[in-house]
Amino acid sequence: MISVHGLRKYYQVHRREPGLKAALRSVFSRPSSLVKAVDGIDFDIRPGERVGFLGPNGAGKTTTLKVLSGLLYPSEGEVRVDGHVPQRREAEFLEKIMLVMGQKQQLLWDLPPAETFELNRAIYEVPLAQYRQTMRELDELLELGELVTKPTRQLSLGERMKCELAAALIHRPRVLFMDEPTIGLDVSMQVTLRQFIKRYNEQTGATLLLTSHYMDDVTALCPRVIVIDKGHLSYDGDLNALVQRVRPEKRVVFHLSTPVEAAALVGLGKVVSHEPGTAVLQVDQGAVNATISRALATLPVRDLTVENAPLEEVMSELFSRSRAAAAAGASA
Amino acid sequence: MSLKRTLTALPTLLRVGFSESLAYRAEMFIWVLSTTMPFVNMALWSAVAGGGEVGGYDRVKFVAYFLCTFIVRQLTGAWAAWQMNFEVRTGTMTMRLLRPLHPVVAYAMENLAATPLKVVVSLPVVAIVLLTVGREALAHDWLMWAVWPLAMIGSWLITFLANVCIGTLSLYMEQSLKLMDLWLAAFVVFSGYVVPVSLFPETLRAVVDWLPFRYQIGLPVELMTGVLGREAAVRLLVQQWLWVGVLMVLGHVLWQRGLKRFGAYGG
Repeated sequence: MISVHGLRKYYQVHRREPGLKAALRSVFSRPSSLVKAVDGIDFDIRPGERVGFLGPNGAGKTTTLKVLSGLLYPSEGEVRVDGHVPQRREAEFLEKIMLVMGQKQQLLWDLPPAETFELNRAIYEVPLAQYRQTMRELDELLELGELVTKPTRQLSLGERMKCELAAALIHRPRVLFMDEPTIGLDVSMQVTLRQFIKRYNEQTGATLLLTSHYMDDVTALCPRVIVIDKGHLSYDGDLNALVQRVRPEKRVVFHLSTPVEAAALVGLGKVVSHEPGTAVLQVDQGAVNATISRALATLPVRDLTVENAPLEEVMSELFSRSRAAAAAGASA
Repeated sequence: MSLKRTLTALPTLLRVGFSESLAYRAEMFIWVLSTTMPFVNMALWSAVAGGGEVGGYDRVKFVAYFLCTFIVRQLTGAWAAWQMNFEVRTGTMTMRLLRPLHPVVAYAMENLAATPLKVVVSLPVVAIVLLTVGREALAHDWLMWAVWPLAMIGSWLITFLANVCIGTLSLYMEQSLKLMDLWLAAFVVFSGYVVPVSLFPETLRAVVDWLPFRYQIGLPVELMTGVLGREAAVRLLVQQWLWVGVLMVLGHVLWQRGLKRFGAYGG
């Protein structure tokens, strides 16, 4: 469905020091540098897959999504989305895709969302019967209700995002690019949107490529992740395998009926956190059973859970490792 | 983008655009107030003419000329350059580019959709023209009125396409409104907005005929006020549409090249 080979996107960026002198100098000479936003990445995504596209700020995630949706011309490389070359922006291609950006909106600001829905129906030539059915489904799944008749400017961020999603899906895109779709939303709204996106994918078989800084989005939606950092791909594969590779240790969370001294935890594993009612230990996978047996014998354990390391920590460690490797490569 | 899709979407684009212009009616009214310069010019030139004539214009003809100028300016205005600059800077241009409809068509419909409101503003002025100067100061030749709608469409197209060309430059340089200021300065001088083109010196008038500005205001107003002969009217109309063609080609080339350079910043 999506194939990316040798994709590079470079920008010429003008630079200027602060101050009046620098401002005057910039009139005659503007130093610039080449920023390699994406520097040779390859990946393929099958139809119907849900893929998380992860990386720190400035990694090249949004740039890649914009290339895939035809907004940016690649500097080098070959990109295909369902057989189309995105930058040609053919109508048949634009009908199949949608890019939802959490920080950008397509809703007409001073009109109710229903007007944008109508506009999209006309532009995408959605037959009236199909439009009504889609709207019924979207209304049911997203609980749009009377939101669609209130001016967009009077909607809350979460309400607006629901309507943005509805506007984006009226033509039932087969490929959905989502850039931080849950940014700024409260926890319950994040859950609602995640459930909705998953259902849309399962019901329509649409392909999903999602970027998010909320790891809960990724954990809930994406069995596969692609990690990019400084324009380079640093991982492409199963999410659980990534966690196993970067942080194979397990977290054992002990809920204690009475507080214990820190000394009581020594020797059980690496103490991640210790509070009066809970203690979190990091232990090697092979040592989990033995650690639990010893803890049950020595600590007032009320309950316990065994977990993977949080994805935030996994990603953070992955990024620092890849940066260290890059720095070592540069100095070699 | 297919012509069929564009034509199918037009009624909805116009209807939604009209709803938007209603939502922005206060801004629209302020814009109308800011385009009352023809009334100032009317008072000025009427005073200059006094009881006599200036270049064939007496007081009544000046009144008719500048009231018609106001009407033409109202009905042929466009603001796509400001929209495009704003949308490129804020990143909302990306949302337009995702739709299978050429953004320039969408801008055109949004600009045109405000016409009914502008007609509402212009109608009282039309009534004032008829009441104050009477039919005598307007064209008597049926041909002038027959080609006038064509000249109005040409006038709007030149204004809109100039907006598009300059607005499209924001894809290259992120901010191109200073160029729009330059265009507007030239427009004020050469379009007939401040001074009827026929009052220009002969040599300057020959130059002005080859510039696009007089086709934005001067030509439709001169057709309304009947100061042109048939031959001149047809010749100027042809030249006007040549400019429409030139700006269409220029706009298309700038747009295609601009997309390759577009940084899609913001978000």
